[in-house]
Amino acid sequence: MNFLLSEEHKMMQKMVRDFALNECEPTAAQRDEEETFDMEIWHKMADLGLCGIPWPEEYGGAGADYLSYVIAVEELSRVDASVGVTLSAHTSLAGWPVYKFGTEQQKQKYLRAMAEGRSMGAYCLTESGSGSDAGGMKTKAVLEGDEWVLNGSKIFITNGGYADTYIVFAQTNSDLKHKGITAFIVDRSFPGFSVGKKEKKLGIRSSSTTEVIMENCRVPKDNLLGKVGEGFMIAMMTLDGGRNGIASQALGIAQGSFDKAVAYAKERVQFGKPISSLQAIQFKLADMATKIEASRLLTYQAAWREDQGISYGLQSAMSKLFAGDTAMEVAIEAVQVFGGYGYTKDYPVERYMRDAKITQIYEGTNEIQRLVIGGYLLKD
Amino acid sequence: MNILVLIKQTFDTEEKIILQKGIINEDGVNFIINPYDEFAIEEAIKLRDLHGGEVTVITIGPERAENALRTALAMGADKAIIIDGEDQDLDEYSIAKVLAAVVKGREFDLILSGNLGVDYGSGQVGPRLAEELNIAQVTTITYMEINGETAIIERDAEGDKELVEVSLPVLVTTQQGLNEPRYPSLPGIMKAKKKPIERLKIDDLDFDDDIKAKTTVMETYFPPKKNAGRILNGDLKDQVTEIANLLHSEAKVL
Repeated sequence: MNFLLSEEHKMMQKMVRDFALNECEPTAAQRDEEETFDMEIWHKMADLGLCGIPWPEEYGGAGADYLSYVIAVEELSRVDASVGVTLSAHTSLAGWPVYKFGTEQQKQKYLRAMAEGRSMGAYCLTESGSGSDAGGMKTKAVLEGDEWVLNGSKIFITNGGYADTYIVFAQTNSDLKHKGITAFIVDRSFPGFSVGKKEKKLGIRSSSTTEVIMENCRVPKDNLLGKVGEGFMIAMMTLDGGRNGIASQALGIAQGSFDKAVAYAKERVQFGKPISSLQAIQFKLADMATKIEASRLLTYQAAWREDQGISYGLQSAMSKLFAGDTAMEVAIEAVQVFGGYGYTKDYPVERYMRDAKITQIYEGTNEIQRLVIGGYLLKD
Repeated sequence: MNILVLIKQTFDTEEKIILQKGIINEDGVNFIINPYDEFAIEEAIKLRDLHGGEVTVITIGPERAENALRTALAMGADKAIIIDGEDQDLDEYSIAKVLAAVVKGREFDLILSGNLGVDYGSGQVGPRLAEELNIAQVTTITYMEINGETAIIERDAEGDKELVEVSLPVLVTTQQGLNEPRYPSLPGIMKAKKKPIERLKIDDLDFDDDIKAKTTVMETYFPPKKNAGRILNGDLKDQVTEIANLLHSEAKVL
């Protein structure tokens, strides 16, 4: 057993850390305030080979492992959780299902473009009436000749509007409920596909979250992902890995908040001494650091299991649950360490606190994670 | 065009220096490529991409210094050489002798190195090596262009710019402003694993002279803490007398 990162992992970690500090941090507060998505950052990540970290070179990827990928999302989110989720949704939610279930042709066309960062990916499962109950979706797909015709709309789509490749789940046989769901690769250029309302959010404001609408959207038969009726299974298996991407994002938010809190506690003088010398602050920092370390071990472990080809669904649900709750708790405590200043936009911790909340909600709320974990534990 | 780049692994500039019994403690310290050497690596890669050839990065140091070479390889250098310092007491004189022994017999058109190391800051190794090899040298360069057998170089001359034309082979030392060093890309990091690193020992090299260090470090200590400034008040004549007294008794410069 070995808990040390390899030299390659450390080198990659340093590279992404430097990139995040130099290329993302200077504009993070402004992009948050103005809710602007920066394609320039995306292009720079593509140049560094970060858009296809775990995919083999034959599909345009870097040929690295899932551990490298979670380290990258962590380091980006440590500075800017919006950039972190852009990469996480792109890699785990759009790239992964094409890599696992796509045909060779689909991989060469869609996975390669995504891995090289020429196109961005998005995952379209949630609808206005179906969130945690994904099986209750209303979007329909009907086969007409050589094309599937999709009708319906999806909401809360991360990367919506900037993504080129959308993994869309639709009912192809409503009698079969979730077993009648099918997955499709939808190109934004397909007729009948459009991007709807952009959400105004509490946090991760410089990531794009939109509605996507399919109105008689014509999807070639070749773009069916997996088999008819496999959609729900694909959606759930995709989320198994996606959750660890969100755990990494949460871990980064927690670590970033903690770093800021420590630096401030050493600097801020009250009663004639830095507040870091007060036990009230030291206890807070100790609890924060301990939970962050536990989150990191869970998250890296889940990624390591995926790299080893061992089941990781349970571990991902645990990492997402624990890291998400930790991010929220640590970010709130970081604001507390900053006191009144933490409540202002002059310091970044209020942004971390707003960003943290979503990690307890998306890719399965933390209530759903407990349900998933319970299901694994009690499975016969 | 064959390019050699001399690099050194140094403390991360963010690290706090801890002295233990007069020795700098390296425990848990993060090491990086000397920032000035990053300019040298970047320039070498750019010139190689433009003119073809190979970039070889060279370092002297303990095993951990291999990580600096891997980073340079990940940035795009082709191969690397590490010379094991074997805990020998090496100063700038001996390091230049060792490097000369390694470089002699290899083909090169250009040698680049950082203008100085951010640790000891002597800035001597590059110029000394050029002397050992009996080739031209241009220090603190901020621009370079190669035309056939000559290089057009702009150098930082105490804040002014100096334009130099020099024939190859030449050794240059790089200054801030020369370029923006790239990040090692992830595919670059993956490929670096497979690039060759040659490992040499000082004992394997031939020397004409003794390489024993010519200098000894007597003591390592922190500079005295800087006190807050003092503003003198009162009659101008009294102030002059006081400052003269202070320069004599406190600063001990008179």
